[in-house]
Amino acid sequence: MTDSKYFTTTKKGEIFELKAELNSDKKEKKKEAVKKVIASMTVGKDVSALFPDVVNCMQTDNLELKKLVYLYLMNYAKSQPDMAIMAVNTFVKDCEDPNPLIRALAVRTMGCIRVDKITEYLCEPLRKCLKDEDPYVRKTAAVCVAKLHDINAQLVEDQGFLDTLKDLISDSNPMVVANAVAALSEIAESHPNSNLLDLNPQTINKLLTALNECTEWGQIFILDCLANYTPRDDRESQSICERVTPRLSHANSAVVLSAVKVLMKFMEMLPKDLDYYGTLLKKLAPPLVTLLSAEPELQYVALRNINLIVQRRPEILKHEMKVFFVKYNDPIYVKLEKLDIMIRLASQANIAQVLAELKEYATEVDVDFVRKAVRAIGRCAIKVEQSAERCVSTLLDLIQTKVNYVVQEAIVVIKDIFRKYPNKYESVIATLCENLDSLDEPEARAAMIWIVGEYAERIDNADELLESFLEGFHDESTQVQLQLLTAIVKLFLKKPTETQELVQQVLSLATQDSDNPDLRDRGYIYWRLLSTDPVAAKEVVLAEKPLISEETDLIEPTLLEELICHIGTLASVYHKPPSAFVEGSRGVQHKRLPGSAGSGESVESPDTSSAAGLSEAPPAVIPSQGDLLGDLLNLDLTPPATTGPTPPPSSGMQLGAMDLLGGGLDSLPPIPLRTDTPQSPQLPHQSPSPPDYSPTELGGDLGGSPAMGAAFGAPPAVMPASFNAPVSGGLDDLFDLGGGVGMTMGAYSPPKTIWLPAMKAKGLEISGTFARRAGVIQMEMTLSNKAMSVMTDFAIQFNRNSFGLAPAGPLQVLTPLNPNQSIEVALPLSTVGPVMKMEPLSNLQVAVKNNIDVFYFSCQYPISMLFVEDGKMERQVFLATWKDIPNDNESQFQIKDCHLNSDAVSNKLQSSNVFTIAKRTVEGQDMLYQSMKLTNGIWVLAELRVQTGNPNYTVSLKCRAPEVSQCVFQSYEAILKN
Amino acid sequence: MIGGLFIYNHKGEVLISRVYRDDIGRNAVDAFRVNVIHARQQVRSPVTNIARTSFFHVKRSNIWLAAVTKQNVNATMVFEFLYKMCDVMSAYFGKISEENVKNNFVLIYELLDEILDFGYPQNSETGALKTFITQQGIKSQHHTKEEQSQITSQVTGQIGWRREGIKYRRNELFLDVLESVNLLMSPQGQVLSAHVSGRVVMKSYLSGMPECKFGMNDKIVIDKQGKAGSSEDGGKSGKQSIAIDDCTFHQCVRLSKFDSERSISFIPPDGDYELMRYRTTKDIILPFRVIPLVREVGRTKLEVKVVIKSNFKSSLLAQKIEVRIPTPLNTSGVQLICMKGKAKYKASENAIVWKIKRMAGMKESQISAEIELLPTNDKKKWARPPISMNFEVPFAPSGLKVRYLKVFEPKLNYSDHDVIKWVRYIGRSGIYETRC
Repeated sequence: MTDSKYFTTTKKGEIFELKAELNSDKKEKKKEAVKKVIASMTVGKDVSALFPDVVNCMQTDNLELKKLVYLYLMNYAKSQPDMAIMAVNTFVKDCEDPNPLIRALAVRTMGCIRVDKITEYLCEPLRKCLKDEDPYVRKTAAVCVAKLHDINAQLVEDQGFLDTLKDLISDSNPMVVANAVAALSEIAESHPNSNLLDLNPQTINKLLTALNECTEWGQIFILDCLANYTPRDDRESQSICERVTPRLSHANSAVVLSAVKVLMKFMEMLPKDLDYYGTLLKKLAPPLVTLLSAEPELQYVALRNINLIVQRRPEILKHEMKVFFVKYNDPIYVKLEKLDIMIRLASQANIAQVLAELKEYATEVDVDFVRKAVRAIGRCAIKVEQSAERCVSTLLDLIQTKVNYVVQEAIVVIKDIFRKYPNKYESVIATLCENLDSLDEPEARAAMIWIVGEYAERIDNADELLESFLEGFHDESTQVQLQLLTAIVKLFLKKPTETQELVQQVLSLATQDSDNPDLRDRGYIYWRLLSTDPVAAKEVVLAEKPLISEETDLIEPTLLEELICHIGTLASVYHKPPSAFVEGSRGVQHKRLPGSAGSGESVESPDTSSAAGLSEAPPAVIPSQGDLLGDLLNLDLTPPATTGPTPPPSSGMQLGAMDLLGGGLDSLPPIPLRTDTPQSPQLPHQSPSPPDYSPTELGGDLGGSPAMGAAFGAPPAVMPASFNAPVSGGLDDLFDLGGGVGMTMGAYSPPKTIWLPAMKAKGLEISGTFARRAGVIQMEMTLSNKAMSVMTDFAIQFNRNSFGLAPAGPLQVLTPLNPNQSIEVALPLSTVGPVMKMEPLSNLQVAVKNNIDVFYFSCQYPISMLFVEDGKMERQVFLATWKDIPNDNESQFQIKDCHLNSDAVSNKLQSSNVFTIAKRTVEGQDMLYQSMKLTNGIWVLAELRVQTGNPNYTVSLKCRAPEVSQCVFQSYEAILKN
Repeated sequence: MIGGLFIYNHKGEVLISRVYRDDIGRNAVDAFRVNVIHARQQVRSPVTNIARTSFFHVKRSNIWLAAVTKQNVNATMVFEFLYKMCDVMSAYFGKISEENVKNNFVLIYELLDEILDFGYPQNSETGALKTFITQQGIKSQHHTKEEQSQITSQVTGQIGWRREGIKYRRNELFLDVLESVNLLMSPQGQVLSAHVSGRVVMKSYLSGMPECKFGMNDKIVIDKQGKAGSSEDGGKSGKQSIAIDDCTFHQCVRLSKFDSERSISFIPPDGDYELMRYRTTKDIILPFRVIPLVREVGRTKLEVKVVIKSNFKSSLLAQKIEVRIPTPLNTSGVQLICMKGKAKYKASENAIVWKIKRMAGMKESQISAEIELLPTNDKKKWARPPISMNFEVPFAPSGLKVRYLKVFEPKLNYSDHDVIKWVRYIGRSGIYETRC
């Protein structure tokens, strides 16, 4: 006789029959009937009508039957609360049973019955069970407190169960400890600010002791709880790490990953030069690799986590590339994840192997996998410069296979390679053009069109090619339409004579026949631009594009930090913070890594404070982090603290609303117009555009931020006017929702000083200063004639200098300078003169000639004159660059006695083209991350720490040419104190 | 934590449904069926998020096990639990099939009630569970008080995997060193990756609470001893030691002791269990070398020649050798000649399967095939999947050797010498592939 028959009864009148059987006198029959009821319940039939009859069977000596009845009760009690009360007596009685298994069963089941009246009766038995002599009952009661808390949190607090639960942490039985920890952790999650789990060195010690003795599951509970603790100092941190590392050899992967989580987190606090730090790093790699021989589902979870770990600490697995090679029989989800990690680990040392593998994968069957493999080849090219050539030739080989999706994917990545290495691989264009007809995916078509437009001058039949796309213009996707519009305008600017008709055609298609606002607006912008000022049009459309960065797909650092705290959990699988997928209060609490003791060596952990509390310092300036909408759209979560006047930290609600409107308007960066490259194709992985705002290409192009598009599209009429204003500001003001001051002040310019005293120059006195006005460096001088005779025929020359400064025109002193007369002259300077390194760096040797003689003097210019308007780095690029520049190049300075808040600082600096890219607040300290670019293309990255109430700021500068740091610092000081 | 656990058959009919948390409703059962089991496209992740509810699933033959949650649970733990759940069920009623699940649904509910409380996994060692979840409800009432407290202390205790009072007339133990050797080789014979993942599986029939110590030729241990002991001895044994990349242990092993002294000591569970797993990548003995030669003769013909060479002591015999040579999808006919064993073209599997029952070491054998192809206008090239191999050899390809397994039971009167010990080494192919 088998039980499977219970699943098959579908007769009519079944309920009635069951009722009779349940009330039968025969024990066996009763039991059979209950089994049938449970089977029906399982398959989803409603058997709630049998409630009283089933409950009647509860009073039995048969444990199996009792358990079945309890199962039924748990399911239906909620729908029949009045009748459920009938069961209470039995529960209370069972809680007194001499058999501990029955006592535990009763308290376990009772907690699952979510009926208020029953809950009231539960309190007394639960209190007894929490102090039961039998550990089995105590461990069950511990979990029951969590159950009760879920039903009625107030009751649990009022009854003092929390204290009893806390006492159980010191229980002699390891499993009781583990369950108490689990229950407390869960309860603590819904009371983020309570000090429920009161983790102190004593409790930690107890937990670590229990860790060695309890079941594998208990070890997981304890490790996950430990991960929430922040040690007081590096010594405590190390001693905990030492006691956790043995867990790395546990057979249960979850124990291993939870241990990895604790170690990854506590490692932050260890000084890097500590021997133990290195030892720990070495110990982490083998268990991570071992996880890859687990079952595929576990491999998947492990790989998603390794992806995070590799981003945070690439050194751990840098030699383990081979284990991530894809096996033919791996499930697809494992393959895709391995591929991702392979790219992250790719370096010059292993690139040959990686490429050979990727090429192999590109011939596999699964389309998604093949595409990703092809794309990976492109990413390798961008990441490892030395391999670019090999990657390109591999991609060409793949194009020769003529497999449609391979070709298309290859073209998309080749476009990126062009962006990274302009003017290097254009010889392949011909091959690409051969495949024009086979492209049927928008992304590939758009990429191809971009290539044709960008290199129109080298493609003889560019006009024909583009024209062929134009025929079906309205059937194309927006992405292709936009790209086609831009490409044809580019073509026109390069070959104006032959393509006039074509450009007319595309403009009218875009502006008159299209109902897509983005397309129309872009069309109008071009149209006006071309008709008003073709030269400006050329400057705008054909401007030099910023290079793309290799690390475009890194997880945003604050998110990464948070995810590292969630290793092993769902958050680490989704790569999203828990708030993005957990409802209610649970998990909304943001976790952070503790500050490292070894000073800010990287952008993510720049705070020197050794023990940043976990819950105590939620980054208040970044409200959109908790913003569900933002999370869901997968937007870059933390907005770069705008350099324009930021509204005072407003409530998350407000910003959330703004997000809704503009898809992240608060992240609107004030981008100077000159730098913009309306034709730069948006990188596929550069800035994920929100799904409801797909046609943001224009925005993305113009502003580098999808949000810009939204704001931009609205008033296109303003555009031509603002194009002439090369300084950022106009636009910034227009769209600045904060409604602040904008850019009213100009770049900092020091007061004039006397450069050449009259004594030394036969009566000619020159005082002067430097200024940057409207993007032009000017040398502003007052020439005074202190001699007795008229001076004429002025001319000026510079000696070679560090940044190639040279007069852009003659010295405009038209009228003769009479005795005792002064004249103001402004001499525009260019930076294309001959270069020679000077000492000090910003020294400039000048020769001035007049009808009397030639005079020499030297002066120093503030280096801030050389900060160009497009010195705002992409956040990702900033991050990558910061990491990339060796620490030796970092220098730190103190700015004393400055009484500005961080916003004012940011504004002031911004007006001198020092751009704030991001802002973070850590324990009342504002960290501003800034970038500036010198006229010769040198980037300087800065991290400025401003502490409220402390007039001394710290600025750390990183630059590939560290010599400039001193000058930059002087400028900082001058700008801020001015 | 886990909010609910469902078991479905291949049609998506629910066989077991146990909800632990209030946030999981009945509709979750259907959501998984519709979005995963009945999904039009094969699901591409073992974790699925449907309407803010996360589903973890594993499949055993055609049975789906799904855990559901709405919280940020420890994902690794959920999968580990699902596997454990499968182990427990198999230990109770054998294969996990629809029939078995249906026949044992009462038992499964009882187990689920015991090993998962409010979604928190509890003791799930079968040894312990079997002492009180017996499916003979009435009997459990007759436990004496001592028996009951013995059960509970075992379930919650430090040694949850073994009960007191086990007695055998003959104390005996069996050690199996089971290794699977994995290889990925390029067509030119370059090793792209190779590793051995090994397991030490133990069957113990020992009385009382024996304290065991296991020793193998672990390089770290032997080097340490070599330094301590005489230099001659160290040099001798050092040659035979192996470098273990990483190892993991059954929960009975004292991990802190391994971490500090690298000694493996434990009180074993009774009966079958896996003592440890390990992984090595250095100095692996690759038992077979596959040399492929594929030539495309025109558009409708392929010539394939594969040579296999056995690379171990000639006194040893490999068994169950199988070479699988993939063929293109448009294969119309295959002609085969092999020196040894039997070869067959299996159209349904798109492969030539060549089987050899036994093969001694240091031998070589060859198969050649002519594959006729149907002309196609499919532009896509044939992906040329790798040639894979299966075999079994009577040694450990990693070179691992068991040096000792000492048993101490101070309370009972048997000594280490009285225990009968058996050791066996089996090396099997894992994913053993050569690209062609």
